[in-house]
Amino acid sequence: MITAVDEAVVCRGVTKTYGAGPDAVPALRGIDLEVKSGELMMLVGPSGCGKTTLISVIAGILDQDEGTCSVFGEDVKQLSPRAKTAFRGRTVGFVFQAFNLLPALNAAENVAVPLLIQGVPRKEAVARGRDVLERVGIGNRWRSLPSQLSGGQQQRVAIGRALVHDPKLIVCDEPTSSLDQETGHKVMEILRAVAVGPGRSLVIVTHDARVFEFADRIAKMNDGRIERVVSSPKDLRS
Amino acid sequence: MNFVALKMLVGDRAKYIGILIGLTFASLLITQQSSIFWGLMCRTFGQISDMGQPDVWVMDRKVQFIDDVKPLQSTELYRVRGVEGVEWAAPLYKGLLKARLSNGSFQTVICLGLDDSTLIGGPPEMVEGKLEDLRRAEGVIVDVVAANGKLAKPAATEGGAPTPLHVGDTLEINDHRAVVVGLCRVSRTFQSQPVVFTTYSRATTFAPRERKLLSFVLVGAKPGVDHAELGKRIRAATGLAAWTADEFKAMTMKYFLKYTGIPVNFGMAVLLGFLIGTVIAGQTFYSFTLENIRQFGALKAMGTGNGTLLRMILLQSLLAGTIGYGIGVGLASAFGLLTRNTELAFRMPWWVLAASAGAVLFICMLSALLSIRKVMRLEPAIVFKS
Repeated sequence: MITAVDEAVVCRGVTKTYGAGPDAVPALRGIDLEVKSGELMMLVGPSGCGKTTLISVIAGILDQDEGTCSVFGEDVKQLSPRAKTAFRGRTVGFVFQAFNLLPALNAAENVAVPLLIQGVPRKEAVARGRDVLERVGIGNRWRSLPSQLSGGQQQRVAIGRALVHDPKLIVCDEPTSSLDQETGHKVMEILRAVAVGPGRSLVIVTHDARVFEFADRIAKMNDGRIERVVSSPKDLRS
Repeated sequence: MNFVALKMLVGDRAKYIGILIGLTFASLLITQQSSIFWGLMCRTFGQISDMGQPDVWVMDRKVQFIDDVKPLQSTELYRVRGVEGVEWAAPLYKGLLKARLSNGSFQTVICLGLDDSTLIGGPPEMVEGKLEDLRRAEGVIVDVVAANGKLAKPAATEGGAPTPLHVGDTLEINDHRAVVVGLCRVSRTFQSQPVVFTTYSRATTFAPRERKLLSFVLVGAKPGVDHAELGKRIRAATGLAAWTADEFKAMTMKYFLKYTGIPVNFGMAVLLGFLIGTVIAGQTFYSFTLENIRQFGALKAMGTGNGTLLRMILLQSLLAGTIGYGIGVGLASAFGLLTRNTELAFRMPWWVLAASAGAVLFICMLSALLSIRKVMRLEPAIVFKS
C-alpha cells in the first residue's frame, strides 16, 4: 500500500468542466491518481481526453472544480494565488511541447530563469545554468540563442530549465512530439537519467507510443477518466 | 527579472525600434513645436525683456499689449514722477515709421525713442558703436539682423548679395535723414520688423505730427519699494495703467494667445505628435506583448508573480520611453541649434522639456497599461496549448 510519505501527487475525485450550461465541456470526470516519489508517470490517451487539463491541475496552474489534488502533501487549490505562484516556482519544473524558451536569452540564461524568478543573483544563476547544460549534454552551446539550436537541443535547454532549481515535481507536456524519433529518444533518455531520482517525480503527458518504455507506470486516459494504470507498455495493449 | 525584461525588449529588434520610433517622434514633435510656440510667444514681449531697467511700465489704460501703442500726453511723465516710491521716470516713444532705402523702396521699422538724458531703454547688447553715440546729430542705432537683411543696401548688380548697413551709412526715416551710429542685437520681434533706436526728441521729430507722442513712461522704483505695489500707487494716482515688466509680458502674451490662432495651430501640432506617438508606441508595445504572451505565460507558470510581471512591463516601457525621449529631445535640440541664426523662433525652456517628458511618460504608462491588463489576465495554462 502506498503511504502518504511515498506519494508525490494524490488526486481524488478531480473534476473540471470548461464553460457552462449547454456549452459545458467536461474535461475531467472524477480522476483518482497517485504518483509516487521517484516515479516517472506517463499520462497517455487520445487528443481531448483531458491529459493536459490533468497536468495543469497537478502543476497548480489550473484549479479543479471538485475533488482534491495534493502535491507533496500540499493541497494546491487551497493556497492563495500568491502562495500558489511561489509554490510552483519552488516545487514544479516545466517542460513544454513548444519549449517556450525566451528567444532573446541564450541557453544558459534561459536555464537560469527559474533561479532568477526566485531572486538568485544573475551571475550565480547563469553559472548554475551552465552547469545544468553540461548535465544535459549541451554545455558547449551555452552561449547560443534558441534560434541557433536544433529542436532537440532546445528541448534539452528546456529540460535544464526544469531541473535547475531542483524541483520535487517535473511536469512535461508532449516533450517529444515536436522531435524526430531519434532525438525524442535521446531527450527521454536524458529526462530519465537526470530528472528522475529520489524525492523527485516526473509526470509526462504524451501520446508518443515510442517513448512509453521510459515510464515506471502509465495512466491511460479516455474521455476525462483514467481507464487503467499499468506498469508496462505491453499491458496497454492487453 | 529586470535583466530578463530588458533582454526581452531589446531582443526583438523590429518591435523595439518601432516603439522607439513612436516615442522619439512624439517627443521630437512635442518638444520642437512647443519650443517654436514658446519662441514665438517670447518674441511678442521681446522688447519688454530687452529693456531690463524699468521696474514698472506706465501706459494708457486701453493698451492691451506692447505693440498696442495709445499715446499719452507728455505731462503724464511729470505726474508719474510725482508718485511716492518712484526713483526715476523716463519717456519712451514707440512707433512704426517708414524707412526709405537707397534703392527707393520703403521698409517699415519699429522706432524706439529713448530719454535724451539717460538713454534708459537702450538695446541690451551693442555690436558696434556705443549707446551714447545716439547723442550725435541724426544718430540712430540699428539692429544688426536688420542691418544685414531688411535694411541692407540692395546689390548693385541683379542677383548680387546686398551690402549690409554699416556705421556711418545714412537712412531716411519719414523723410528725415538719419545716420547709423551703432549696431545692436535685440530680441526678434513678433513680426520680425527692423528695430531702430534713437533719442526721444529725435524720434518725435521723425514721427508724424500728433498731439500726443509719449508711448510709455518707464519707471524705476526706489530701493525697497515693491514693484507691484508701486504699479498700484501709480494707477491710483494717475488713472493710467501701470504694470511690472512681468505683468506686462503676461498681458502681451495673453493678448496673442486670445486673439491669434497661434496656440490652436501649435496645440494641434503638439496634439498630433502626442496622438501619433501614442498610437505607434502603444500599438507596437501591445503587439510586442502579444507576441511574447506565451513567454509571459511560461514565466507565470514557472512561478513569476503578477507584481514581478508588472514591474517587468513597466521597466520595458520606461526604458523605451527614456531612450525615445532622449533621442527626440536631442533631435529637437539639434534642430534648435541649426536654426538659431535664422528667422525661426525656437526657445526650449526647462518646462517644455518637463512637459515633453510628462507626455512621453504618459504614453509609456498607457502602452504598458494595455499590455499589463493582458498579462495580468493571462492564464498560465496557455503554455500547455500547442
